[in-house]
Amino acid sequence: MVKQDGRKPISTRKAFGQAIMELGASVENLVVLDGDISRSTYTVEFSQSFPTRHFNVGIAEQNQMGVAAGLALAGYKPIVASYAVFASMRALEQVRTSMCYPRLNVTIAASHGGLTPGNDGVTHQAIEDLGIMRTLPNMTVIAPADGVSLKPLLQQAIAWDGPVYMRLTRDAVPIIYDETDEFHIGKAKQLREGSDVTLIAIGDMVQWALKAHDLLLEEGITARILDMHTLKPLDSEAVIKAARETGAIVTIEDHNIHGGLGGAVAEVLTLDYPVPQGRIALRDTFAESGPYEKLLEKYGLSTDHIVQAVHDVIRKRDRK
Amino acid sequence: MTTTNKELVEGLRVQAQHVREAILRMVYAANSGHCGGSLSAADIVTALYFHIMRIDPQHPSWEDRDRFILSKGHACPVLYSALALRGYFPQEELGTLRAMDSRLQGHPDMRKTPGLDATTGSLGQGLSLGVGMALGAKLGGKAYRVYVLMGDGETNEGQIWEAAACAVKYRLDNLVAIVDKNGLQNDGPTDAIMPMGSLAEKWRAFGWDVVEIDGHDMAQIVGALDEAKERSHGKPTAIIAKTVKGKGVSYMENVVEWHSGAPTDMELDIALAEIWKGR
Repeated sequence: MVKQDGRKPISTRKAFGQAIMELGASVENLVVLDGDISRSTYTVEFSQSFPTRHFNVGIAEQNQMGVAAGLALAGYKPIVASYAVFASMRALEQVRTSMCYPRLNVTIAASHGGLTPGNDGVTHQAIEDLGIMRTLPNMTVIAPADGVSLKPLLQQAIAWDGPVYMRLTRDAVPIIYDETDEFHIGKAKQLREGSDVTLIAIGDMVQWALKAHDLLLEEGITARILDMHTLKPLDSEAVIKAARETGAIVTIEDHNIHGGLGGAVAEVLTLDYPVPQGRIALRDTFAESGPYEKLLEKYGLSTDHIVQAVHDVIRKRDRK
Repeated sequence: MTTTNKELVEGLRVQAQHVREAILRMVYAANSGHCGGSLSAADIVTALYFHIMRIDPQHPSWEDRDRFILSKGHACPVLYSALALRGYFPQEELGTLRAMDSRLQGHPDMRKTPGLDATTGSLGQGLSLGVGMALGAKLGGKAYRVYVLMGDGETNEGQIWEAAACAVKYRLDNLVAIVDKNGLQNDGPTDAIMPMGSLAEKWRAFGWDVVEIDGHDMAQIVGALDEAKERSHGKPTAIIAKTVKGKGVSYMENVVEWHSGAPTDMELDIALAEIWKGR
């Protein structure tokens, strides 16, 4: 099921741009709204092929959200293409009141998630978006790990009853999946079987979880890997099963330590199956400009940090 | 004005007083709510729901209906009154405003109240919704029109102007924005809280067709809205309606404190007497 072959890495924003070309042809009432970053969100091709169904509303994200909501009310399936910082913060209350409260079918495609906008710096690195979006009633939150899983998840998001926030990466991520793999919103995808610990990762961090898996294997530690592409609704069954069967969990996210995947998993574990948990995330700090991988190293999100977190959490469990 | 028009306008005037009575009774029953901005908008909303808009109370979600968005959502007593009097739901239900399990929320919830086209109440968001709906009508080749009512204080919100620019870009001549210019906002006179200068010039500068009217002169209201219907030359219409906050009730008129708050027993009696004495 999982290949790590010579397939070319692709950013999920670019995969999004390709996916909407296909969806535009098959979903007649699909419309796309842009905020003057269409080359960056890869909606340019869509705008050329479907000019009447693409609206560039300028640098005005609050209005962009409202217009999308209005189009949803008029029977369309709008996709809002933006950056995660703007979609989740600049226009947050518009998302909440105009979309979530009336539960409208709008998909927010939020590029530049986490530290993937590396050298753009802090203004463009959304490290709070997942936590923020998760607190909104009626909102569904997704972050695909690669360009292949993006497509079926986007397709489902468009058909989903209610708003969906989909976080995308600026930078390329390796292709992890096959076209034939199946995905369902709200169902975690198990990428590796293992019994010593479970690594639960989201979005661009899934690639590093897989790398950590291989390093751990060299030490004789078998790690289960879950791709938690849907942060909300969280697949709590998969979390509980992992807790029961492996007894230790490390969550891995390109996000601040508060409110995101680590918090969501901890909520489930505390209530239903307490086991030691390690958390890979930004330590409540902004990052800085720099290459993505160097930032991961400096801010505690690298493969080495994951391996260390696994050692720590296993020690904690076995001390009991 | 023809005889027919005179009758129409007279009928709407009376209807607007029924709407005002319903507003006062429902806010009294709820012991909270927003009288001032509801009463200032009563004539405009009455004209829309009892004459201008193509709607069918028996089929609230009829695809081709005209849409109305109360962007100044706190004035929902005026909208609930119009909807009930128009037959969208029983008038007795007006007494449940703001109560637990009521379909009439403190600010409009389109998922709860029959006849509501949008969920509003956070100022500044309604015009964007209207732009989206009007765009949708154009895209789908639909003839319906979209009306957005906002407050003059509400135009402090930057999002209004984002939407104003957007409506012009997409040539939304099926969109009408009405500013209920009552000159007062929550904390005081609009000129003191945040002077916006000439609203008419602002909308015009954005590229809208602008009409300035007396928002309590039913003939002018109907005239401006009818005229907007006739236009189809690629520009949205902004109607700047000069109104009086609390219109029709002497002790509420132009009194900042009546932005919100409920009348007492005695105040209600006086208010109802004044509304009908005015006839």
